[in-house]
This record gives sequence, C-alpha cells and structure tokens, in this order.
Amino acid sequence: MTEHTASERSKSSPLKLYFSVGAALLAGTYITYRAAFIELGPFNAVVALGIATIKATLVVLFFMHVWHAGEKLIKLVVITTVFFLLLLLGLTLTDYATRPWS
Amino acid sequence: MIGLHHEEEQHPELLHHFAEPQQQRDAASLGMWAFLATEVMFFGGLFCAYLIYRRWYFGDFGAASKSIDATLGAINTAVLICSSVTVVVAVWAAQTARKTLLVAMLAVTMLFGLTFLGIKAVEYTQKFEEHHVPGPSFSFDHVPIPRHPGEYANPRHAEIFFALYFVMTGLHALHMVVGLGIFSWLFYMAWKRRFTPEWYTPIEIGGLYWHFVDIVWIYLFPLLYLIDRHP
Repeated sequence: MTEHTASERSKSSPLKLYFSVGAALLAGTYITYRAAFIELGPFNAVVALGIATIKATLVVLFFMHVWHAGEKLIKLVVITTVFFLLLLLGLTLTDYATRPWS
Repeated sequence: MIGLHHEEEQHPELLHHFAEPQQQRDAASLGMWAFLATEVMFFGGLFCAYLIYRRWYFGDFGAASKSIDATLGAINTAVLICSSVTVVVAVWAAQTARKTLLVAMLAVTMLFGLTFLGIKAVEYTQKFEEHHVPGPSFSFDHVPIPRHPGEYANPRHAEIFFALYFVMTGLHALHMVVGLGIFSWLFYMAWKRRFTPEWYTPIEIGGLYWHFVDIVWIYLFPLLYLIDRHP
C-alpha cells in the first residue's frame, strides 16, 4: 500500500499543475520563437536548445508522471536513455568537432 | 484458502501474477518507457546526422532553414503542447472515473493532432511548389547565406538540409498518424466504459507515447525552423 502515497498525492489536485506546466511550455515556445530573431551570436543555439531541454524536462517530469512515479525503475530507464543519447551525440562530436583538417 | 479468497476480491483486469493494480500499472509504464528508450535512439541517429551536417554546411543550412515558414512551425508547436495538456487531463479523468471528460479530452486531442497534420500538409505543399524537395526537380539557386553578403548557398548542401527536414518531420508525422490510430481506439474503449480507476493502462501508456512525440517536436522546431533567423 505504500506505493499508493505517491499516486494519491498526484491525484489530489493535479489539474492546476498540468495547466501551469502547459502555460510554461507555451511561454517557452514564444520565447524561443522571438529569441531566434535577435542577434545573440553563438548563444542563439544555446538559448534555443536550453529552452527546448527545459520544456522536454517539464513534459517528462509532470506530463509523463516521472516526478510522482512510485516505481524507481522508471526513473532509471529515463536517466539511462538520456545518458545513451548524450553518449551518441557527445562521442560523435569528439571526432567531428576535433578535425581541423576537414 | 487465503489465496483463493484474495482472487475472488481482486479486480477482473488485475492479472494473477501482479500483487495489486498499482504494480500492474508500474510494470506497463516501465515496458512503455523501455520502448520509448528505443524510440529516442531511433530519432537520436537522425539528430546526430543533423548535428554533423549542420557543422559542416553551417551557412547552407541557415539559408535553407530560412525558406521554411517559421510561424507555421511555431503554431504547430503550440498545437502539440495543447494536445499534451488535453492528454494529461484525459489520464486524470480516467484515474478519477470521469467518463465524459475522458471521452471529450481524447476527442480534443485527436482534433489537435489532425490540426497539426493539416498545417504540416500546408507546409509540405509550399516546399513542393518551391522545388525544395530533394530529388531530380530540386532547385535552390542564388539563395544568399545569412550574414555573408555576396555568398550563395551550395544547392547540394541545402538539399541535405531538406533531406533531413523531410525525413525528420516525416518520421515525426508518421508517429502522429500512428498516435491518432491509437487514440481512436482509446476513444472507442472509453466510449464503451472499459476504463476504471483501477485499470486505465492503455490511456496511461498511450499518453506516454503522445508526450514522447511532443518532445521530439520540441527539439525539431528550433533545429529545423529557427536557425540563422536573426539579421
């Protein structure tokens, strides 16, 4: 029965949370869109991908119920997935980003 | 005897190898997350290809990206976010046995999904008319590279951007079509009152799938529509 506490808590009044997260996601989209038309040098990409990552994290934690997940294995799978994606992109960059001759 | 008594009491949808409904729901969610992990690596390969070519053909990608309607992309992002909100409300409705709200939220979600695909179709039509679809009729001549006066994009390099654009948004749109199929089935099941607060697994894991497709779009939007837009 102990596992129930997490889901019970998320059931109590989650609608306000869901609409707040939705509003934050829409605000993030608007900021991303407007920021793309401002000259920020290399930080244009940083801002765009930073906001995208915040938005994705909000979706995973609150819409996909990972924050309140009683089962720790789900959190492990999520972290492992992100780790292997970063491994794919990161190790690829260690090659392509360090080729002064190409 | 204790076991027998327990079996009589349990919910009909609770399979005998699970102790309680919560454990059964967690197992289903875990399985879905394992599938989504494979999906992340599936799209991850394409994002990796994008990363490599964006670095190689930096200006050409900027020129090609600028030819896409960023406003349509932004509207579609908002449409998908709204659909994710309706999905999470649908899951809550299933958890709290609100049948009318559940059916309504599933219907609205599908409407948002169809709106997304409709806007996507308008966008693709523009690209076809402009001959920006990779292939024999591809044309991208004398398009200036952003912030490099007098320099023009190499059409062969721009074609790679459009190949990635069509494969990534096309694969994403295919996921949307599959999602609409899943949600039609969920809608039918909800209409037939098949879901209870103890058993709404299809709503939960169908929702996980929908949110995943939303997350892919959250990254596709800035990477394909918004690069090198500033003056």
